Amino acid sequence: MKWETVIGLEVHTQLATQSKIFSGSSTAFGASPNTQASAVDIALPGVLPVLNKGAVECAIKFALAIGATLNRINVFDRKNYFYPDLPKGYQISQLAKPIVEGGVLTFLVGDTERTVNLTRAHLEEDAGKSLHEDFHGMTGIDLNRAGTPLLEIVSEPEIRSSAEAVAYARALHTLVTWIGICDGNMQEGSFRVDANVSVRPVGQAEFGTRREIKNLNSFKFLQQAIDYEVRWQIETLEDGGRIEQATVLFDPDTGETRMMRSKEDAHDYRYFPDPDLLPVKLDEDWIESVRNALPELPAAMQLRFQSEYSVSAYDAGLLTGSRALAEYFEAAACACGQGKLVANWVMGELSATLNKAELDITQSPVSARQLGALVARIQDGTLSGKLAKLVFEGLWEGAGEVDAIIEARGLKQMSDSGELEKIIDDVLASNQKSVEEFHSGKEKAFNALIGQVMKASKGKANPAQVNDLLKAKLQ
Amino acid sequence: MSLSPDDVKRIARLARIEIDDSQALASQSQLNTIFDLIATMQAVDTQGIAPMAHAQEVTQRLRADSVTETDHHAAFQAIAPAVENGLYLVPKVIE
Repeated sequence: MKWETVIGLEVHTQLATQSKIFSGSSTAFGASPNTQASAVDIALPGVLPVLNKGAVECAIKFALAIGATLNRINVFDRKNYFYPDLPKGYQISQLAKPIVEGGVLTFLVGDTERTVNLTRAHLEEDAGKSLHEDFHGMTGIDLNRAGTPLLEIVSEPEIRSSAEAVAYARALHTLVTWIGICDGNMQEGSFRVDANVSVRPVGQAEFGTRREIKNLNSFKFLQQAIDYEVRWQIETLEDGGRIEQATVLFDPDTGETRMMRSKEDAHDYRYFPDPDLLPVKLDEDWIESVRNALPELPAAMQLRFQSEYSVSAYDAGLLTGSRALAEYFEAAACACGQGKLVANWVMGELSATLNKAELDITQSPVSARQLGALVARIQDGTLSGKLAKLVFEGLWEGAGEVDAIIEARGLKQMSDSGELEKIIDDVLASNQKSVEEFHSGKEKAFNALIGQVMKASKGKANPAQVNDLLKAKLQ
Repeated sequence: MSLSPDDVKRIARLARIEIDDSQALASQSQLNTIFDLIATMQAVDTQGIAPMAHAQEVTQRLRADSVTETDHHAAFQAIAPAVENGLYLVPKVIE
């Protein structure tokens, strides 16, 4: 039987605010335990939440960026459950009237464009952290994270493979960091993915029973967890078994998912509107001012890169992988007017060298202006591709500006045809055998002669020019 | 609508409240009185009236995003039953 995979993703993004969603505590990561947990965060009796305007503004930005509906009136609810890292006994979230509904995310899966509809995005507070290392048989609780603002972004179940799920999650990650609402740091838990996965026979209209994989904090784990889960579900069904609705955890060490809780003991959250918080009203002036302050978005920039710099859709997608990378590319392309060539350098030599050095684009020792200057020297014929790589090495080492490196290291491509002709004459004179072979029809001999000329010029001859001159001389 | 003794026990379990059979019966009749009150309110015709999320028709005041709290964990932890390395200690929970 042929099976179809159905996936919906729920992504928890920690919002990049200074303070918590309902208190004035800092949200900075890595502080000593419980030093950033106020009376509100630890739920002392009598405290009241006061909503952070910055968190609401992040949600507005997101809604505008994905073309979603912003609920002008939205409401906070209490989601009730008991766990020690949730001292109030409820999480403040949004159920019936979330701040954001609808919207779309468009991204590439390989070369194919895909669009996934979003169901909703709502504001809520993060819980604290439970540390299960052994404290004399007890669990340690750190409430620094309690009350950190989250935007939970829920997709429709329109994703059909692990590759699509990863492409969607990457595009979402790019977008939330691009508009500055999330720092995107997955190791620190700023961007956590839950995947709802089910399978059904191809052609069947109803969805199969889903299992939810919780808290995936890397794209690699997202892919592995879905692949394992899909295989497991298909094998279970083909062996005549049934899928029970459940919540599962992915174990990166074994590469397997395992059951966390079944539907039997699924939480009954008893949601109701939080009487401590009034409905939130978004006024039009506020929304408009946020709209006006939004940067150019990745999708618009991809189209512009294609038309302004003649790069392919695929390259435009890579170049807008982060705002910093896109800005780097554009600065370099503007500096020399050679978008396509700059794109090749940014995604080729520069990315490879950065990767090797484990640096990101913001830490590049070669500035965008310098890369632009380098490409300009390739374009005007001063440098061959090979020589340009040597100049790039110089830039990387901090040896100065492009022209200074070319001068100091004698890397200028030979443009004087008289000088080149002399080299060619010498090569022809001392390689009579190759010349004869060429005349007797051996094409390979021609390439050998080119190689000799390039060698004699110490790599500084322009290969195209060598080709032309050599051909003319052998006529 | 009225609650059965099983409903009462289930609600008590969700709320982590331990009750015995006689308490469940007592709670059942008290809760049913509350449900009668709700039934009386349900009888009011609310057709065409938008639901309200709050009793008052006012909206939420927002606070500027700035850090205003300082560290008081020593004072908070002085009244906690068990503390170690700045962490609150609770009976072991593993899901």
